[in-house]
Amino acid sequence: MEKQFPKKQILNEDGVVVDHAFKNRLDESLVKTLYTKMFRARMFDRKGVNLQRQGRIGTYVPFEGQEAAQIGSSMAMEEGDWMFPTYRDHGATLTFGHSLKNVLLYWKGRQEGCIPPDGKKIFPPAVPIASQLLHATGAAWAEKMKGTDRASIVYFGDGATSEGDFHEGLNFASVFNIPVVFFNQNNGFAISVPIEKQMKSKTIAQKAAGYDIEGIRLDGNDVFAVYFHTKAAVEKARAGGGPTLIEAVTWRYGAHTTADDPSKYRDQNESIIRRETTDPLARLEKYMQQENIWDSSWQKQLEQDITLEIEAAVHEMENEQPPHVGDMFDHVFAENPWPIEDQKEAYALVRGE
Amino acid sequence: MATAAVGTKKLTLVQAVTDGLRTMMRESENVIVLGEDVGRNGGVFRATDGLMEEFGEKRIIDTPLAESGIIGTSIGLAMNGFRPVAEMQFLGFIYPAFNQIMTHASRIRSRTLGSFTVPMVIRAPFGAGVRAPEIHSDSVEALFTQMPGIKVVVPSNPYDAKGLLIASIEDPDPVLFLEPMRCYRSSKMDVPESKYTVEIGKGRVMKEGNQVTILTYGAMVDASLQAANEAESNGVSVEVIDLRTLYPLDKELIAASVQKTGRTVIVHEAPSTGGLGDTLISLINDTSFLYMKAPIEKVTGFDTPVPMFALEDHYLPNAARISTAIHKVINF
Repeated sequence: MEKQFPKKQILNEDGVVVDHAFKNRLDESLVKTLYTKMFRARMFDRKGVNLQRQGRIGTYVPFEGQEAAQIGSSMAMEEGDWMFPTYRDHGATLTFGHSLKNVLLYWKGRQEGCIPPDGKKIFPPAVPIASQLLHATGAAWAEKMKGTDRASIVYFGDGATSEGDFHEGLNFASVFNIPVVFFNQNNGFAISVPIEKQMKSKTIAQKAAGYDIEGIRLDGNDVFAVYFHTKAAVEKARAGGGPTLIEAVTWRYGAHTTADDPSKYRDQNESIIRRETTDPLARLEKYMQQENIWDSSWQKQLEQDITLEIEAAVHEMENEQPPHVGDMFDHVFAENPWPIEDQKEAYALVRGE
Repeated sequence: MATAAVGTKKLTLVQAVTDGLRTMMRESENVIVLGEDVGRNGGVFRATDGLMEEFGEKRIIDTPLAESGIIGTSIGLAMNGFRPVAEMQFLGFIYPAFNQIMTHASRIRSRTLGSFTVPMVIRAPFGAGVRAPEIHSDSVEALFTQMPGIKVVVPSNPYDAKGLLIASIEDPDPVLFLEPMRCYRSSKMDVPESKYTVEIGKGRVMKEGNQVTILTYGAMVDASLQAANEAESNGVSVEVIDLRTLYPLDKELIAASVQKTGRTVIVHEAPSTGGLGDTLISLINDTSFLYMKAPIEKVTGFDTPVPMFALEDHYLPNAARISTAIHKVINF
């Protein structure tokens, strides 16, 4: 099966383009945009971990190491498309237009963090594993029924492929030929359980065959491979070609969440080695150096700009007005039914309001 | 055969469901039906009979056999502009979809402070008494009345079925629409041919009385009326209220009746512990404590799985058990 579903690569670990079919599509502005978005995501992620350590936000879910998978795929989507992330995909949502402040508010336990900026069709992070595949399928189905050419992308991990909703999502999308891209980030671990215990199959991409849809396996740390192959899948979906399952093989360097200690279940030296050998940003930097489009002063400026942007968002997050207690009551239904209204009033009295 | 009044049709409950669906599908392209066997077969109870012929298979959608898939994709459709009516073949088959309803359908509005909403209806036949196979007879409405963010309605007759279904489809939030199988074809009633609604959250007095209030819904309305009429012939005046909506309950109607009679019997076929009866007792406690002349009686199913049908008549409340409860509250 690994032969039938080879791990596609455009840029190898040494920063060398190995799939020449894409060579002339790698213009400088695209390359710099991909680097910028990945670098921004990484800086944001490190800030997230630090804010949690300092007690300024709650539990945080880091994704460092998965930037190529998240940025390459989200860059392949267009305005008007739908995105269904998990709680580890803020690299993707930020790239697709989510606000830094709202993503931070999410991790500060604020409901506002589930709200995308106006016009951005980004669903709140799915917590129940694999449940979001069906929402992505349904939303894309609606686009198809409306006769638009919009599509959905949905993110999920390797563990999610064991859930029933994964299979139901692929099956519905297959049967009704729905324009959805199922984007799997296979980082090898579902919290502590390695993929060998999750499945006997050697690839995730091969699971597409069971639904007679296209399955593609990618080097998920190669942002070019992710970007171009996802773009092709989205374009196929727009043209009525139906769903695609993409497996992006990647690695999370850190813990499952800031409440997790990965040294209990794996050798963290592997993360150190991978930083030196397969890192998505280092790889792109090598490529840019070889192509003479790397400029360290540009990168320094980028770092400064992003630092300011993130600091401003942190400032906004920390200076946000406290949440309204009423929000807990007022959005369960379009109009409060009497039990909720009674409870709201009784609680207001208790609080002396 | 009785003739219908002008502008009405004589319909059974299940035909009234079909009529409600047809009415709304004619009115709006956004109303679509998804479920197992709802298309060519017209549903296992024929609730969608003829709809595929009229509206086509793009709007009457035979889905794969996957309850979570039906509800999960309906959520995506609902929050992207459609009004899906998803059929669960039986309420006892809804469990694979429980996660989708609990963690998404019912709380997306709340999670996003109203940015995303899920205006969908989940229809499900439910209840025992039709000699159905195992698992087909469950009455688990209380799993959903405890679930924040979803309304639960139960018609007991054809008129309410059509009116409540239309109100449910027009509701901006998810509604679980429970159809008592025993009532599907038990009687016919004049049902307006045109569009009308029965307001969600409003019960109905099925029989007036002033000594005892029976609070019930679904298939138990008939058994309660039977017991009430027997009591009447023995000189006891019993009021029967069909709750029609289980969340939110009709607090005013319930309180007014129990304050008038001072005695209450609650009847449902779902298990006793944690059932809707407990919620009703709590409501009466809050609104009408000082009016009560006797402890409230509950006549319910047992805290057992619904047995296979050879024993289901022992499980289901019937007029005799309800009469015993009436006697008890009168003679307290």
